[in-house]
Amino acid sequence: MIRITDLHHRLGGAPVLNDIDLTIPHGGLTALIGPNGAGKSTLLSLIARLRPIQRGRISVGPHEIGKVADRDLARVLAVMPQSTEVSARLRLAELVGFGRYPWHRGRPGAEDRAQVDRALERFSLTDLRDRFLDEVSGGQKQRAFAAMAYAQDTDYLLLDEPLNNLDIAAARDLMRLMRGLADEDGKTVVVVLHDINYATAFADRLVVMKEGRIAAQGAPSEVVTDTLLAEVFGTTARVAEVEGRPLVIV
Amino acid sequence: MAALLAVCAAGYMLWSAKAPWSFLLPYRATKLAALLLVGVALSVATVLFQTVTANRILTPSLMGFDALYVFVLTLLVHMLGATGYAAIPPGLLFAANLGAMAGLGLLLFAGLMRLAGGDMIRLVLSGIVLGLLIRSMTEFLQRLIDPSEFQTVQSMSFARFTQIDPLLLALSATAILAALAAAWSLRTRLDVLSLGDTAATGLGEPPARLRRQALVVICILVAAATALVGPLSSGGFGPSSFFGLIVTAFAHIVTPTHRHAVLIPSAALVGGLVLVGGQFIMERLFALATPLTVVIELIGGAVFLVLLLKRRAA
Repeated sequence: MIRITDLHHRLGGAPVLNDIDLTIPHGGLTALIGPNGAGKSTLLSLIARLRPIQRGRISVGPHEIGKVADRDLARVLAVMPQSTEVSARLRLAELVGFGRYPWHRGRPGAEDRAQVDRALERFSLTDLRDRFLDEVSGGQKQRAFAAMAYAQDTDYLLLDEPLNNLDIAAARDLMRLMRGLADEDGKTVVVVLHDINYATAFADRLVVMKEGRIAAQGAPSEVVTDTLLAEVFGTTARVAEVEGRPLVIV
Repeated sequence: MAALLAVCAAGYMLWSAKAPWSFLLPYRATKLAALLLVGVALSVATVLFQTVTANRILTPSLMGFDALYVFVLTLLVHMLGATGYAAIPPGLLFAANLGAMAGLGLLLFAGLMRLAGGDMIRLVLSGIVLGLLIRSMTEFLQRLIDPSEFQTVQSMSFARFTQIDPLLLALSATAILAALAAAWSLRTRLDVLSLGDTAATGLGEPPARLRRQALVVICILVAAATALVGPLSSGGFGPSSFFGLIVTAFAHIVTPTHRHAVLIPSAALVGGLVLVGGQFIMERLFALATPLTVVIELIGGAVFLVLLLKRRAA
């Protein structure tokens, strides 16, 4: 599990996160939602040690962020970057191959190659493996980055707004794959989402943030209500119940 | 490509011998070694620099190494006069140059890295401004000195491969080879860095530390090469040395890959080839005394434009 205690963070003098205490249980898919500027991405980047922790503690499983060696953490925790711009010209299979780097440190073996093939297969990229990244669609590119994180073979997977700029088919595909990673492989998936409806459809747990604090957390049907939308998001959208789960009518 | 380089080197060594071999071979061998060393050092430094800055049209000479060399030169001539300057033992001069350049480079990188918080764009821009400052100070000094002494400065501000001191060659070869070995040991980590900062961190390769290590290697490579032969950009006043740019552009065409295990040797070969082949053609076939750097600037300018325009189109 991911345990966050007494976490504070400031960016350019302004407080972004205030006294966060949060436990994300092992297994399942947890979605971080909240209005723009609530601190979701900052929180995720602190868990992923993309920024140094200023105050407080975060531990992922037995490892405390900032104390454990980077290469050891890379075998436990994978991050899918928000921006998928890469300056190098890479083929899809090469990109996915980088996911094995924490394990082989530059000398891939037969096991690593097999792992890459499995990742490509699972994310339906086998036919595209020799294409360059700039030759595939946005959805396929996003899938390739997800496949890279999968090839990293970690217990924990963090994704920062993976659905940005994806059409509905690509977005649903990606979320279904993430659901599969949680259900079949027992991974702990934490994802920052913008669209509440995607969060309620695919996540087991929601963590709602507002102004650098945790506003609510729990199962989607408990958390997403008219009052929450009014108080946290400041909008008067109605919540209906469709097929047993809450759906925000936009 | 290695074969082509060997042919060039052999051609350079053996073509049109007008002096006894016993004199010619050691003389040419020294020059050839210097050409190869400088070509390889600057090429590898440029490959590293482009990965570290994630920008394919930058070269390390942007950071003002050449300018600093000319500055030290001008300052010495100003203080000691042309004859006094000529009297300085070359070993001492080399050490001073190497120290000044490597020192400045490291200071700049270490200090600015902290200030800029790892922001490479800011680091590069500060380097350019610092280079400009050094250039202006140099120009100011050059106005103060005697016209005949100015001649000395000017002739020394182009890269020269003619009078190479074997001792200096050995010194810089040691420094360059050590730095090359270090560059080689960074190769797979640099591959990871080329994925971008977030991905690199996620894969357990924090970019800040790797950048620092790569920048130290770059400093040593460029400083040793420049201290050996002088600045490779036109008189130290060019906007950037185009040599590294040509080399990396060709290396990317010949070996289109992101892998530094391939790119580093490939750029090193191209770099050696451009300098040795270019010098061979200039010296033997055209019998011209034009400095090679002038030609490199000309071709480099064209390559630079093509790269810029291609980028705009893409």
